[in-house]
Amino acid sequence: MWDWTFTFEILPVLARAAIMTVEATALGFIIAATVGLVLASIRLAFPSAGVVVTILVELIRSTPLLIQIFFLYFVLPKAGIVLDAFTAGVAAIGIHYAAYCSEVYRAGFENVPRGQWEASIALNLSPWNTFKDIILPQALPPVVPALGNYLIALFKETPLLSAIAVLELMQTAKNIGSETFRYTEPVTLVGVFFLVMSLVSAGIIRMLESWLQRR
Amino acid sequence: MWIRMLAAMLVATLLLIALLSANPDYRLFMPGLLEGAVLTVEITLLGAVLAVFMALTAALAKLYGPLPIRWLSTTYIEIFRGTSALVQLFWLYFVLPQFGVFLDAFVVAVLALGLNIGAYGAEVVRGAIISVARGQWEAAIALNMSKAQMLRRIILPQAFTAMIPPWGNLFIELVKSTSLVSLITLADLTFKAQQMNQSTLKTVPVFTLVLLMYLAISLTVTIAMRLLEQRASRGLTRGRVA
Repeated sequence: MWDWTFTFEILPVLARAAIMTVEATALGFIIAATVGLVLASIRLAFPSAGVVVTILVELIRSTPLLIQIFFLYFVLPKAGIVLDAFTAGVAAIGIHYAAYCSEVYRAGFENVPRGQWEASIALNLSPWNTFKDIILPQALPPVVPALGNYLIALFKETPLLSAIAVLELMQTAKNIGSETFRYTEPVTLVGVFFLVMSLVSAGIIRMLESWLQRR
Repeated sequence: MWIRMLAAMLVATLLLIALLSANPDYRLFMPGLLEGAVLTVEITLLGAVLAVFMALTAALAKLYGPLPIRWLSTTYIEIFRGTSALVQLFWLYFVLPQFGVFLDAFVVAVLALGLNIGAYGAEVVRGAIISVARGQWEAAIALNMSKAQMLRRIILPQAFTAMIPPWGNLFIELVKSTSLVSLITLADLTFKAQQMNQSTLKTVPVFTLVLLMYLAISLTVTIAMRLLEQRASRGLTRGRVA
């Protein structure tokens, strides 16, 4: 039922694919964290533009990531923008999670006491300096754990990239399966890999959380 | 108001679908996509029922079960939260047959998604039960209720109100994750879209319609949950009674 020699045979192949998964996760999260911050900041700076951002966020959150990946990969080329599978996939994941992250940042901004804004006005700081030096440093640390949760969620969505044939972990496991007709070992190994990585990163986030609270 | 805005968005989405399907280029795809949408809705509904059942069972087991049961439910929650839904789907579909268990793709879809969302839901239920004020437990003890009575009559009804908003998020999550079942050959909305895209290469109409249909389903769920939330919190006073 379970063949150990086969397991060790495919382990190096899967390990190489795991690097691709981690790369996609890192790039996707960088996009999510920065675009999310931009969206939340727009909402903060221009309340009138907030409605547009709200609708945009609601649209992105209400449609499946898989469809968004297909959209970027299949529909954008019709408009003349051709992205390779990896770029399209990472961009879709990044933008999808940017919508979630912007809500997290918003909670962070709303958490900063009003007096901080008023004090900045009293000190005659420009809006930009207020935002950069006073509000952001206070808004970010409390939302780090929430962002971390989305990092793990994003990491677990990367197997979706296999649907547009990015050679990440899941796609590699599927390829091994279709070549050898053995799905048990590769798919189980992928599951174990995700479980271990999620548990480890959940532990790191918990440590980070308690460290931030202690400060 | 929030519900009004959501309702307006839903109406706009449905209108847009109707308008687009007046165009022959788009109308061509409507019957097939609607068929797919029905399957998507079916999986969502059955998955939601399983998820709620699993969440309640796992949360109560984790909170009040004897030690082995508590471990069992913790293991269930951690495994299903710790691995991708897609990997779980593939595992049930491709790996279980190797152990002699053959399940229909539809059953696998409902099982995998229900168990996945159920694991997240278990933590939601647990959190809601814990958040019920301590005094409620103490009052129930003072009234000489049995543990089952306390849970059924006092704690769960109050926890229920606190659970609705996070469950709303999870149900949206569920709607969206049904798109994964297309990868185990079920002809849901996403599967139909891919099939039509590959056979006709009319990418823009197909994927635009699919996006709008998912949006309509998700918005319906959101609105329903908001209404349920309003209904459940009727007559409740927020915060402590003066």
